[in-house]
Amino acid sequence: MSDSHDNGQTSQDHGHEHPKHELSFYAKRIYAIRDLLLEKGIITEKDIQCQIEYQEARSPANGAKLVARAWVDAAFKRRLLADPKAACAEMEIDATSINEFVVLENTEKVRHMVVCTLCSCYPRPILGRPPDWYKSFNYRQRAVNDPRAVMREFGLTLPDDVEVRVHDSTADIRYLVLPVRPKGTEGLSETVLATFVTRDSMIGVMDALPSAPPV
Amino acid sequence: MGRAVNSEAGRFKPGDRVTVRREDRAGHIRTPWYIRGKTGRIERVYGAFLNPESLAYGRDGLPKRTLYLVAFSQGDVWERYLGSEDKLLVDIYEHWLDPAT
Repeated sequence: MSDSHDNGQTSQDHGHEHPKHELSFYAKRIYAIRDLLLEKGIITEKDIQCQIEYQEARSPANGAKLVARAWVDAAFKRRLLADPKAACAEMEIDATSINEFVVLENTEKVRHMVVCTLCSCYPRPILGRPPDWYKSFNYRQRAVNDPRAVMREFGLTLPDDVEVRVHDSTADIRYLVLPVRPKGTEGLSETVLATFVTRDSMIGVMDALPSAPPV
Repeated sequence: MGRAVNSEAGRFKPGDRVTVRREDRAGHIRTPWYIRGKTGRIERVYGAFLNPESLAYGRDGLPKRTLYLVAFSQGDVWERYLGSEDKLLVDIYEHWLDPAT
């Protein structure tokens, strides 16, 4: 396959649209591989669409549901910490594609933060796709050697007597941070509490929101 | 925190002091450079996993390797780190660890 497989063809020739702007080398390579897989009948357009829908369906809302339930239900929190995949199944969240899943509980005296310095390991079934900054060299370097400065940039300044524990997820384990429940949220419903739980608070670079975001 | 992932015990137990091997070789190595040669303590034993250094090349990943969560004091990893109690925790396979001397 040539590196410019659109030459002499229109999108009707092979059934899908391509972006109009100039593609990077890797983007061209991905489209070339996709076209080969389609031409050879190894996968279908429908397979690709289903996979995109599956990827898009996984979002931080899953993690927020787990956290909010753990905040209101102490027994669930114990189960979430003891066996996170079973706790996900209980909430009808599909975590089966994670090899192993560990939940890190933040307290007033301990904050956890997660990075993958080697690539971009991330609990995708629970949080969806990682943000670009999570994959940046800047974050991957500074998360391990200056995590307090990273947290300050996200608006979290911790006193010296709070221990910061950075997890470099280099292997088969995927980590989710269970943030501290914000003060003054007693009596709020699980659904409202879930809106306090940001993606970034489950990566651990910031706390949960101090108040609910405007609707 | 989380469950013990599987029950297969390895050479080390929680609390043991270990030093990460300072090896330099090609391949799908899951031990970051910055932690090689550093000494920490076994925090948890995660159990036995297929070896990614083999899996990455289409091989069977056997024999399985015990995976550990190893805790390092930040001050032991970076000379100028401020924040005395802070820890860096890294998942490391047993064949990258030696008992600390």
